[in-house]
Amino acid sequence: MTSRNIGLALGIFLTIAASVTGLVIVPNWQFRELQPVKKADGTQYPVPYFGEQLKGRGVYIDQGCIYCHTQQIRMKGYGADIRRNWGTRRSVPRDYIFEKPHQLGTQRTGPDLASIGSRQPSAVWHALHLYNPQITSPGSTMPRFNYLFTEMKDGDALPAGAFPADVVKIPAPLQTNGITQLVPNDRGKALIEYLRGLNKTFPLPEAAQ
Amino acid sequence: MSDTALELNPQGEAVSRIEVDQSAEWVVTIYWASSLFWLLMATLAGLISSAKLHSPDFLGGMEWLTFGRIRPVHWDTAIYGFGGTAASGTLLWLQARLCQTRIPFPKLLIAGGIIFNVGVLLGSIGVLMGQSTGVETLEFPLYAMPLLVIPYVFIVIANFRMYFTRRSSHTYVSQWYLMAVTIWFPILVVAAEASTNLGAVDGVAQAVANWWYGHNVVGLFATPTAIAAAYYLIPKVIGKPIHSYHLSLLGFWSNAIFYNWAGTHHLTGGPLPAWTITVGVVGSMMMFIPVITIGINHHMTMLGSFHLLKTSPTLRFAVMGSMVYTLASFQGSLESLRSHQEITHFTHYTIGHVHFGMYGFFAPLMFAMMYYAMPRLTGNEWSSARLIRIHFWCTLFGTALYAGAMCWAGIRQGQMMNDPAIPFLNIVAFTKPYLWLRTIAGLILFSGTIAFLINFIRIVQPHKLRFVTPTLLNTERDYKMLLKKESELKHNDK
Repeated sequence: MTSRNIGLALGIFLTIAASVTGLVIVPNWQFRELQPVKKADGTQYPVPYFGEQLKGRGVYIDQGCIYCHTQQIRMKGYGADIRRNWGTRRSVPRDYIFEKPHQLGTQRTGPDLASIGSRQPSAVWHALHLYNPQITSPGSTMPRFNYLFTEMKDGDALPAGAFPADVVKIPAPLQTNGITQLVPNDRGKALIEYLRGLNKTFPLPEAAQ
Repeated sequence: MSDTALELNPQGEAVSRIEVDQSAEWVVTIYWASSLFWLLMATLAGLISSAKLHSPDFLGGMEWLTFGRIRPVHWDTAIYGFGGTAASGTLLWLQARLCQTRIPFPKLLIAGGIIFNVGVLLGSIGVLMGQSTGVETLEFPLYAMPLLVIPYVFIVIANFRMYFTRRSSHTYVSQWYLMAVTIWFPILVVAAEASTNLGAVDGVAQAVANWWYGHNVVGLFATPTAIAAAYYLIPKVIGKPIHSYHLSLLGFWSNAIFYNWAGTHHLTGGPLPAWTITVGVVGSMMMFIPVITIGINHHMTMLGSFHLLKTSPTLRFAVMGSMVYTLASFQGSLESLRSHQEITHFTHYTIGHVHFGMYGFFAPLMFAMMYYAMPRLTGNEWSSARLIRIHFWCTLFGTALYAGAMCWAGIRQGQMMNDPAIPFLNIVAFTKPYLWLRTIAGLILFSGTIAFLINFIRIVQPHKLRFVTPTLLNTERDYKMLLKKESELKHNDK
């Protein structure tokens, strides 16, 4: 009876040991050696996140953007990711070597953001969209992130530490409660910089296959 | 049928089963009471999330309640808060019954239950405050995780202790599943935390580890516990042995071998080498073997006893659970196929499937366990058959509406997304009515939970008197009369 008990426990252990090896350890070995590639201009792709973008990535994570947005482009002929202009090529493992934690996502309640920075380079667009998605995308179900901004009425003084260049004008027909201008706060600015920096369009050779 | 006879509570008789149940009363009641608390919290968080998806200004503009925070709190309280404590209570009681032993270390286990609850609470507050790790299903900040893992170690120790000091001469199929859960779950959590939040693995390899865990926390924790419950309850209530011992053996080992590998289908089409996805698809398709064998075993055992569904609350929930297990598993296997995923991946279809499994299979089997065990643990009977009926129909219709609306909306959403001529915001507009249906389904499930909670609160209260017969679905119960007679008794004592 004891040997049967041990057999049961051992068998149970082996089933999970097998999948830990196959799906946790082996993929790590396979991708650990991946390095950035050198571009013609001497810079590299991809680059590690730092400064504002790193901080913005933290805001992206803490606001839970991943629950509605993916950051992965499926290959041509599988879905319509590229035809929807969400990307120019499929995503490959090298795109993600500096992603920690990964933000691939599994839901597209909103569009994919793998290359949102190349699609929407405008900081003003991102500010208005994050402040109130109805301004730029009427009918959107995205939440308002108004708490990432300081709201200003005409004649209000700039918040401490903000530059005149940070001020975003709300288009006249969409102004409410006399609020005419916005200034993104630290976290808002960082998130906008992160989103503007999302760009997986560089043609990696392995993505052409 | 109306039955108003009362008798003195027989607790304290030196019968072996009663002895087991007495040793379990406090421990298991605390775990299950916690599970219902978290079910309520998870349902509320789910309702808020659901409402925000069709009415984004509902509780809008509040950072701690923004969709991206309340949504992970919904799932984490559901899987850890509700699932973790419901399954642990089930595991402890079932193992004690099947081993014919008392529950060991009751104080340690009660302390563990309290620590676990604190862990889920701290983790949820952390996520609402913006401290999420950003790894799906492992969102709880790192400081909360030891509070979830350490109590589970107590449960593992208690489980091994019971198993190896058992008085029964043979082992029953449910016990294999319970042994498996206690070996798998700690390894799962530790390996997943190490490879994601502790930073051992980056990039796409981390995504694979993440979904290995995300799928297995359901498949190697919730599912085996619920299957163990079904294997125990169905034969027990109808008084017939399980259909085939050999099938249960095949079902157990094929489930153990194949489920492990199924999780990577969550990354279909993603930036991963084909082999990782193929492994997940093969694992998912091979799941037909355990699903069919377990299905045959449960449904063939039921054959000829369906009339008992009219009266037994336990059986009704257990059979609903085992039937949805078959359906949801078939759905899940097919869903893993690349051609299916091309449409439904990234859509509400996945959400529909998860709820079909969790609320149609896992939760009903946990409810069935509670309906069966709570009268035995507390010595009281359920106070109202009507509340049980409300709970059942709300669970059935709520789940059906939820899964139906989300899966249909998901298929159309996916087809529209694959047609680049359709603007994205048109797809959002298309899904809105279905998202409203989801909120209604959530309200139905919420009502059922409230009905169960009322019954549960009444049964755990100490009673001097109890109903002589068990509460069946067609028994008319007069709880007010019981309370009245009790107060009269108290009055006479004075």
